[in-house]
Amino acid sequence: MSGLTSETLILLALCLPALGAIGIAATGRSPNLREAVTLTAAGANFVVVMTLLVRVLDGERPAAGGWEVFGGIEIAFLVEPLGMLFATIAATLWIVNSIYSIGYMRANDEPRQTPFYICFAVAISSAIGIAFAGNLLTLFLFYEVLTVSTYPLVTHKGTDEAKAKGRIYLLLLMATSMMLLLPAIIWTWVAAGTVDFTPGGILATAGLSTGAVMALLALYIFGIGKAAVMPVHLWLPAAMVAPTPVSALLHAVAVVKAGVFTVVKVVVYIFGIDYLAASGAGDWLTYVAGFTVITASVIALMQDNLKKRLAYSTISQLSYVVLATAILTPISVLGAALHIAAHAVSKITLFFAAGSIYTAAHLTEVSQLDGIGRRMPWTMGAFTIGALSMIGLPPTAGFLSKWFMLSGGMAAGNWVAVGVIFISTCLTASYFLPIVYRAFFRAPPAATPEHPAHGEGPIPVVLALTITALGVLAMFFFPDVPFTLAQALAGQEVVK
Amino acid sequence: MSEPVHLVDHLPALQVVVPLLGAVLAAIVRKGALAWLVTLAVTWTMPVIAFALLHEVLVNGTISYALGGWAPPAGIEYRIDQANAFMLVLVSIMAALVTTYSPRSVASEIAPERQGWYYCMFLLCLAGLLGMAITGDAFNVFVFMEVSSLSMYVLIALGRDRRALVAAYQYLVIGTIGATFYVIGVGLLFTMTGTLNLVDIAGRLEAVESTRPVIAALAFIGIGIALKLALFPLHLWLPNAYAYAPSAVTAFIASTATKVAVYLLLRFFFSVFGIDIAFGDTNAATMVLVLAVLAMVIPSLVAIFQTNVKRMLAYSSVAQIGYIMLGIALVSQTGLTGGISHLFNHAIIKGTLFLAIGCMVYSTGITRIEQMAGIGRTMPLTMGAFVLAGLGLIGIPGTAGFVSKWFLIMGAVEQGLWWLVAVIVFSSLLAVIYVGRIIEIAWFREPVAAAASPRKPPVEMLAVTWVLAAATVYFGLNTEITAGVAAQAAELLLAGYR
Repeated sequence: MSGLTSETLILLALCLPALGAIGIAATGRSPNLREAVTLTAAGANFVVVMTLLVRVLDGERPAAGGWEVFGGIEIAFLVEPLGMLFATIAATLWIVNSIYSIGYMRANDEPRQTPFYICFAVAISSAIGIAFAGNLLTLFLFYEVLTVSTYPLVTHKGTDEAKAKGRIYLLLLMATSMMLLLPAIIWTWVAAGTVDFTPGGILATAGLSTGAVMALLALYIFGIGKAAVMPVHLWLPAAMVAPTPVSALLHAVAVVKAGVFTVVKVVVYIFGIDYLAASGAGDWLTYVAGFTVITASVIALMQDNLKKRLAYSTISQLSYVVLATAILTPISVLGAALHIAAHAVSKITLFFAAGSIYTAAHLTEVSQLDGIGRRMPWTMGAFTIGALSMIGLPPTAGFLSKWFMLSGGMAAGNWVAVGVIFISTCLTASYFLPIVYRAFFRAPPAATPEHPAHGEGPIPVVLALTITALGVLAMFFFPDVPFTLAQALAGQEVVK
Repeated sequence: MSEPVHLVDHLPALQVVVPLLGAVLAAIVRKGALAWLVTLAVTWTMPVIAFALLHEVLVNGTISYALGGWAPPAGIEYRIDQANAFMLVLVSIMAALVTTYSPRSVASEIAPERQGWYYCMFLLCLAGLLGMAITGDAFNVFVFMEVSSLSMYVLIALGRDRRALVAAYQYLVIGTIGATFYVIGVGLLFTMTGTLNLVDIAGRLEAVESTRPVIAALAFIGIGIALKLALFPLHLWLPNAYAYAPSAVTAFIASTATKVAVYLLLRFFFSVFGIDIAFGDTNAATMVLVLAVLAMVIPSLVAIFQTNVKRMLAYSSVAQIGYIMLGIALVSQTGLTGGISHLFNHAIIKGTLFLAIGCMVYSTGITRIEQMAGIGRTMPLTMGAFVLAGLGLIGIPGTAGFVSKWFLIMGAVEQGLWWLVAVIVFSSLLAVIYVGRIIEIAWFREPVAAAASPRKPPVEMLAVTWVLAAATVYFGLNTEITAGVAAQAAELLLAGYR
């Protein structure tokens, strides 16, 4: 691996999942072989991304591409710290999620598994493309491919409900990206003459009025529908109709992280935090993100369906990232980057647990979970760790990111943001802890014909969720890699 | 007189004469298979000539060719520059691909005794379209317009559905009105300038004192051509014609006929009348802009509610023509580049879609959307191409449709027309709905009836469909030929003939 140039590695990281998709299509008749292809592609991709990670940590900024598409705009890749962090998350969790998917899809006898794995691999490829994009056009290309490739996963079940939800998913994501994000990108191109991600931003010298900057920022924030800032969040609860592995990796990690990742990238590399802070054009973002954080938490509190509760929790947590970015200080941006990683590992654990419960016990509602922790100790143990991280308690990953978001808010004197984080922490605790209480401290109901006695989920499923739960803890004790990357993004030494 | 004749010098004439002679030959041999071979040979010669001409134009500039050795303006001039060389390439490539695709599709849809005539008419139509694009003479345009239109009426009437006859008749009536309007306009121009040569007309219009007949000529020619290119609300002939014509015919005319008409409009607006007259005090730009906007929205809405897939694609075509016209209405380098590249991109995209539907019709006989349930699972290759081109129609980045949309939005942003940006993106959203609807039905329902057990589509039909589908992606990532040449053509058109 070390012999390959960084350019080759970038292209490999993009192509391996895509090649995996072709391999999956070719071996679709033999499920074992097909799963082997998925795991091989995921493993190889992981090795490639890790090799790149080592180089980025050494200070290298690998670049690739530069194919001119039209009029001076190129398809180009540039691996900067934030993108590296996102790609690392996606590549690592793809392996774990593949193990989980195999257990889940087989145990639930899901139909049409070959197209499922194909779309999944394409989605991962586009997530990596988003992570490594060197300019807005490249990012937009993979952003749309991600939407298109995940739409069949949402409608996978083929029921009327799945199709209806699929329509909402496709239409909302397409509507926002085509009607707001694309004009924003073209406006940026016309105003700044470039769409490259540049440290310090490209718009400071474009001579836009404050009003125009506000409008442009609004086009970006609401155009990046995948970040699920209210009111463009509705696609996310709709996407929960998909099989759980999809919700876990795509709608808790790849797709939504692609959204907030894009928001952070646009704010840091297109606007530039200093420029936004100086012009005051980004102040409104604190309120919009804060509103989303709290409202989504309140809605989550009212959901009885476990996956829906997790979905609204995701919406709330995503806006933490937007909120931290909107504080516009290096420390808060550091917190935002860390939260992308922390939330990814934690939320995938929670979804894995939800899928494990569904597979073993066929339960979907929170109110049905009395005593389930006694029957499924591994699953609910992992769930508890994930929940603690969402609340932001040590010793979990969520504590770290929340720490930096709060310090950023305080340093900047943004008391609105601090207040929002405080209130939302209380709300998060009140929608997660009752589940934990119910699962461990209430007596399980007697077995009935509809709900016979059950044990743990399938072994691959339990294995996967144990790995990610350990990851949540590991990120607290060994935060070096995400921390170094986030620090490089924030652009200055921050006392740990 | 003793100079040797170099065939290469006469490429402009051959571009039109070869398909004309081919048509005669196809009529003589009569037998379907033989006539197809003749057509195949002719149509594959056409792109060779067209590319040679394009190359010549790009390297050495505009070609002026005096037909029969009679010097213009007395004789007919064939005049080729970046704008129409591009059209010649487009039309001849589409003809070659569709001919390669067509033998078994035609055999399954048209009675054996009529197949020879089909190929004869196809070649006549091709000659007409190429002639309209290549000639530099206003009346000669009319002649070729009639050649292409008359053969197109026949081609449409050959559709297996009896409604094809009504559709052809409708088109005949409207097409004739269009041609008449055009020729009235040309008559007025001849009266005012005393010449039919386009360059000469452009030169002498400056000196014309009374502008009223010139404006009248502009109106007649503009509306005449607008009928031909199906500009909303003059599009009424198009949905039925596309829906009931044989599959191969629909694919061919959808990707060429309206495009050549758009080229003519560009030629008259920009080169002959010039920006000053065409867009000066006439409000023509505003009028085209309003109609383009209506075209982008209303037919898209209508497309959503269609039950016949070919009709749906036809309405989508009317909407896409709106995009192209929008590029004209912006009257700017960026806008025109967008419009002209969309001419090319839409031809590829719509060609793919109609060819894919042709495969489906061949294999199952299905044309109604609801019968397409599950067809994606039983015909994954055919519908895969359909999806790819469908994404192009929406304008997903990485497809040809995105490139033209980018330039059009950029053109609107440059002029600060934010409401127009909103209309463009809204219209793309409508495309998401009408394309998404087909995709959902084709892939996420259980196949029933005819869709459950299709016969295998012939390999040449699938291959051609996929060549075009791949081109949709290729021209989304490499735009040297499309947007590159379009930008040159735009520059040339904006400069006018003067």
